[in-house]
Amino acid sequence: MQMNVSVRDLMRQQKKRRVYIQRLEKLIPFFLFIIACGSVLTTLGIIYTLLSNAIAFFSHVSIWEFFTSTVLKPLSKEPQFGVLPLVAGTLTSTVIAMFVATPIGLMVAIYLSEFASSRARKILKPILELLAGIPTIVYGFFAFTFVTPILQKVIPSLEATNILSPGIVMGVMIIPMIASLSEDAMNAVPNTLREGALALGSTRFEMALKVVIPGALSGIIASIVLGISRAIGETMIVTIASGSSKNFSFDVTQSMQTMTAYIVEVTGGDAPAGSTIYYSLYAVALTLFIFTLLMNYVASMITKKFKEDY
Amino acid sequence: MKPMDFSTTTDRTRFRITVNTIAKGVFFLSTIFCLLVLSLLLYRVFSQGISWINIDFLTGKQSTQAERAGIFGAILGTLWLMVVVTPVTLFFGVGTAIYLELYARKGRFQSFIQTNIANLAGVPSIVYGILGMTVFVRALDLGNIILAGGLTMSLLILPIIIVASQEAIRAVPYQLSEASYGLGATKWQTVKRIILPAALPGILTGAILSLSRGIGETAPLVVIGIPALLIPFPNGIFDKFTVLPMQIYYWTLDSTLVAEYANLAAATIVVLLVLLVTLNVTAIMLRNKFQHRF
Repeated sequence: MQMNVSVRDLMRQQKKRRVYIQRLEKLIPFFLFIIACGSVLTTLGIIYTLLSNAIAFFSHVSIWEFFTSTVLKPLSKEPQFGVLPLVAGTLTSTVIAMFVATPIGLMVAIYLSEFASSRARKILKPILELLAGIPTIVYGFFAFTFVTPILQKVIPSLEATNILSPGIVMGVMIIPMIASLSEDAMNAVPNTLREGALALGSTRFEMALKVVIPGALSGIIASIVLGISRAIGETMIVTIASGSSKNFSFDVTQSMQTMTAYIVEVTGGDAPAGSTIYYSLYAVALTLFIFTLLMNYVASMITKKFKEDY
Repeated sequence: MKPMDFSTTTDRTRFRITVNTIAKGVFFLSTIFCLLVLSLLLYRVFSQGISWINIDFLTGKQSTQAERAGIFGAILGTLWLMVVVTPVTLFFGVGTAIYLELYARKGRFQSFIQTNIANLAGVPSIVYGILGMTVFVRALDLGNIILAGGLTMSLLILPIIIVASQEAIRAVPYQLSEASYGLGATKWQTVKRIILPAALPGILTGAILSLSRGIGETAPLVVIGIPALLIPFPNGIFDKFTVLPMQIYYWTLDSTLVAEYANLAAATIVVLLVLLVTLNVTAIMLRNKFQHRF
């Protein structure tokens, strides 16, 4: 006989299966929760790594000296660690980049959202995305081997490594970011406002200037702040094209080191673990981390606080 | 009463229209400027590098002599890096996205994780490099091997992949899961058999795009300490390695010593860009093919 499985057995099997499924249902959320904690762990890891090693650094060098001294000589016999030359380099390159990226990025955004036909937009937006997708190392190569020689013809006193050319190229890199974020903000301005402006007889330019831009201002400013944060954290372009001079100056024709480039130089130089110069890495990285975190926080505050709800 | 003087208003209108035309032209030109820079960059790189690309270059070993140098090791290194990064990021990225979208109760903890992810996305890549160097290379004592580099790169692109997966899951119409519950399926059964398969194209598109970001990233690997020395071809995740962007970096730096290195860097850039374009086209095709299924 084949039918040697009783109904009771079948019920028991079914029950077993149900218990298994129920157990799985209880386990899965817990398991997923642990996975989701991975991202929190990353943040904690970053903060712990930077803080603990930076504190070790500040036991060798006083915080006051680090943040106020304009002399950075990590490799000399009597090393001095002032972060200001690096801050000057970072600020200079960021300012140059934003001088390029902000006006052009905003003009591109206005063109795309207010003037371009939908067909032109369909062609232009992928091109901008392409520009945004190019690795930064390629921009670095471009700045070093192409933009600097061209600039040298215009400004003969320009050094082979200088902060001007990577600053400009960094600006070009940030244009797509500002353009697309600002365009999103402009698209959120309702068409009724535009039509109102046009019906009152304003030209498209006046409409863009007096209606769309004020309406999208929070998004536009947030995009600029995010662009600044991106420029501060950018590494490869400045490392390649700006050299490693640690003088405290704001002369754009000369080599200047940014915070990111300093980190690359120190790690690339195989600094022995435990030395002051090795720990200085973390102090600089912590400064960089706080700078960018602050910028991102400001950007999110601006979008939250001043968001126009239509 | 004086009659209205139309000549001034006509002049004024004409002026405003002229301003409008000029502004439109300037805005258009700035858009063209981006296009111009892009084509200049591509033209420059291709014209310099294309003649250096041949079979020997693609399959050759690293060499200090420009004529004999090849990038096969760097290509292998990039592929091996992806072998580590892909499973790690998919596991953690999709897991986190499922938790946030489908399991987490809306509340403080969920918005805390969400804010945390947004912040992580804004952290400069070099900081991830320092984290990787400290934790993976030194504390866990892995050394600068593929595994350490891959884990570092995974941390870097994890926020992007989480956000992409969340969007893909959110795009699955709720009727599908309602129908599944209606047939008596449990939550995990619904997630596994209904929601994930429906969200898969979106997740894969996001994954490919963030992987291509990882392929082009240099800074974290520089910090981890990929040597400029000649290293043998990597054969597994515990080997030392180099990747295409690192090769570009060293050749660009050394082009002040040996002029031909600049051409090698350009040729490597061409290879890297071709790889990235292939990945992106795949992602776009994937998106287009599965976009209007519902």
